Amino acid sequence: MAYVKTTINRRSFIRSSVLAGGGLMLGFNWLAACTSNTTKVLKMSEDWYRINAYLKLGVNGIATIMSPNPEIGQNVKTSMPMIVAEELDINWDNVLVEQARLNTDLFTRQLAGGSQSIRQGWNGLRLAGATARRMLMEAVAQKWEVPVDEITTDLGVLYHNKSGKKAGYGEMASAAAKIKVPDKVQLKDVKDFKIIGTSRKNVDGPAIVTGKPLFGLDHKKDGMFIAMIVHPPAFGLKLKSVDDSAARSMPGIKDIFTFHTYNEGYQKQWSDTSAFTDLVAIVGNSTWEVINAKDALQPEWEPIKGTPGTPSRRESTDSYMSMMKTMSAKQGNVRRKDGNPEAAFKKAAKIIERNYTAPFLAHNTLEPMNFFADVTDDKAELIGPIQSPEFMEKTVAARLGLPLEKVDVQMTRAGGGFGRRLYGHFMVEAAIISRRIKAPVKLIYKREDDMTFGNYRPAYHAYYRAGLDSDNNLIAFQVRAGGMAESPLEANRFPAGAVDNYLAEDWVIDTNVTTAAFRAPSSNFIASAEQSFLDEVAEAAGKDPLEFRLELLNRAKTNPVGTHNDYEASRYAGVLELVKEKSGWGKEQPGINRGVAAYFCHNSYAANVLDIAIENDKPVVKKVYGAIDCGIVINPDAAVNMAEGGIVDGLGHSMYSELTITDGEPDQNNFDMYRLIRQSEAPESIEIHFVKNEIDPTGMGEPPFPPVMGALANALYRATGKRYYHQPFSTDL
Amino acid sequence: MATFNLNINGKVREVDVDPSTPVLWVLRDHLGLVGTKYGCGIGQCGACTIHLDGKAVRSCITDVSEVGNQAITTIEGLSENADHPVQKAWLEHDVPQCGYCQSGQIMTAAALLKSNPNPKDEDIDTAMEGNICRCGTYTRIKKAIKTAARS
Repeated sequence: MAYVKTTINRRSFIRSSVLAGGGLMLGFNWLAACTSNTTKVLKMSEDWYRINAYLKLGVNGIATIMSPNPEIGQNVKTSMPMIVAEELDINWDNVLVEQARLNTDLFTRQLAGGSQSIRQGWNGLRLAGATARRMLMEAVAQKWEVPVDEITTDLGVLYHNKSGKKAGYGEMASAAAKIKVPDKVQLKDVKDFKIIGTSRKNVDGPAIVTGKPLFGLDHKKDGMFIAMIVHPPAFGLKLKSVDDSAARSMPGIKDIFTFHTYNEGYQKQWSDTSAFTDLVAIVGNSTWEVINAKDALQPEWEPIKGTPGTPSRRESTDSYMSMMKTMSAKQGNVRRKDGNPEAAFKKAAKIIERNYTAPFLAHNTLEPMNFFADVTDDKAELIGPIQSPEFMEKTVAARLGLPLEKVDVQMTRAGGGFGRRLYGHFMVEAAIISRRIKAPVKLIYKREDDMTFGNYRPAYHAYYRAGLDSDNNLIAFQVRAGGMAESPLEANRFPAGAVDNYLAEDWVIDTNVTTAAFRAPSSNFIASAEQSFLDEVAEAAGKDPLEFRLELLNRAKTNPVGTHNDYEASRYAGVLELVKEKSGWGKEQPGINRGVAAYFCHNSYAANVLDIAIENDKPVVKKVYGAIDCGIVINPDAAVNMAEGGIVDGLGHSMYSELTITDGEPDQNNFDMYRLIRQSEAPESIEIHFVKNEIDPTGMGEPPFPPVMGALANALYRATGKRYYHQPFSTDL
Repeated sequence: MATFNLNINGKVREVDVDPSTPVLWVLRDHLGLVGTKYGCGIGQCGACTIHLDGKAVRSCITDVSEVGNQAITTIEGLSENADHPVQKAWLEHDVPQCGYCQSGQIMTAAALLKSNPNPKDEDIDTAMEGNICRCGTYTRIKKAIKTAARS
């Protein structure tokens, strides 16, 4: 058991620890409410004390734990409070969870991105619980006049074994709130965890299945108007003029006006990506009235004049695919070179060369972009689904000319994120509209506006080359990868470190189609390309594809090439070994065609074996096995859910989805044209296994997503005899 | 504008709206029933699924003027205490990730089980094909429907 200094997030323990609260808590446990026949309704008592920024403790022993990070479906609203509750040592059934609003004084990194919420929140969340527990122990030790070291706790009760005394946390809440925050605290041993590692239901589950207002689109305030925007139909166009004469007089319409999202000369930060910053706003009483007026607008568009570094061309899918092909034929920027690749390729007995591509993808969160704003002369309230609140607060403040502390941002549950809600231009737009109409407003993107607004997963191209010697050893490996408008290359990832002669290059083509982080950026393509390619290399070498990977990983583990390998070869091999065992890899099953793949990204390791059968002349994904090493698993069933979802998402996007463009105009603008995976296309079954260890936890949001695409391509090859190089694979079936 | 008396979740509610207004927006904007979700507006994603006389329909492409005397059931009215077998099965399997599509999934599943109490896998696929789950919870949805069917 280690004593840990309470330096991380210390301000969140100190600043609020002096505050004693009172009054009715509105926190409400839906699970208890909805199963009232079995459980009592859980309610915070009227007297409660704020122990620290994460924690309120009621005199009835009920704790409200604040979940600091945005909830976008990754289930942090359950798993982050579980970590606090673990160290607090309270019964989870006595915990209410509340979404914290943005508060950069109290919380660090209130961001949903990079699968980092748990990894980067881990220590702070543990300390929040552990310091509170310690303060309760000190408070009760003072009361009982015994040494604090003789106090123990168990699930919300303080004990002094020598005297046989005990007291509930609630009884000590008031006294604990007055205790000085300890300089150091003891954290639990992993083996003593009571909550972490046990499956706990989604705290919002009951509210979700009963249709309670939870999402940004559900937010409402008296006097609120509805707004929509019109943006140019094509990348490379901007608004020239708009005839709103018909729309303006339509029923329920309050105002129609044009605006600029950002001020002239504003220095955009990364989260401000937006292709269309001259917009038309339509504001009215109800959504349907606004939709009708929007349809009646007569906007005219004109080409954007090119400025240096800003291509104004109107691209088409055909043109950008051929531009990428041309670019890929030239040497790129060398990002890593080990040994002498050219010499090794020259003496290779066998050379395999392949090209892989993937299209733009729209995130298509099922809840379209939206935000509520209520802006007055001296303050702004913004409520809605956002992954990057602390960044967007700055943008909104700058745009409105308000000090940061006058901009209040609250995160609702988000109907999906996948990276799209890292880019909060819609918050700025809502704020501008509210200020203009001097009233609260909810900005809603129609699905068509959402899908055609850009901020897409980049289009990618990767070229691979491998050289085998006459004994079928991999002696040279090259990857040259690029995209519009970013490269997916991860130069220091596997198989870097496993091959003596290795070359990694990248390139980029600029585009006016805005691109953005999409679940597992870069990895969401390069994993599939690399894992498909390795499958072909293994085949050329006459080796089992799984054993071939293990052989390379063994090399990387025992005698690594280079010093900057981003992955731990033993953990990488560990997930392959696990999936090998659980799937019974190597045993022939009649009618089943298997593919394997593994990948490391966002600090976690994932491997898949995927089974395809041919039914009615069509490949059907029967079963997918997943093995994951994300360190300690906080909430196992929820982690399984994430892994299942990642697998379905990976299958769907690599098999079916693409956003194509003609003359700058997206060809798909709704789900009749843009294909997402549906019920009958999901695997019949998914089986997930976790590597058991005591390593600090890493992310689950992204890592399960990339490798399955490679496993799919490899299984499809065995099922159809054809290799699949271009996503979406269904176009080549 | 026109006045409509709608039978929603067992109560008559009066609204004064344009007859072309989709039921989705009547529910969300005029009646404060926001459990029914907007996803596509063209009947392609299923997030807006409600029951009309027990049958699953897409409220985003159903004009309020088409409803007449048919009984509208929304997710809020599916059960009194969140104890409809489908809702209970959804909780048992902890189906939702982001949760946005789930009221539509539940309404479609409830209508399926009403017409076909013991659906086969193919029946579930067919019935649920119109409901997109962007998070990919399809395997849990199928399990939950089977659990609900057994209860």
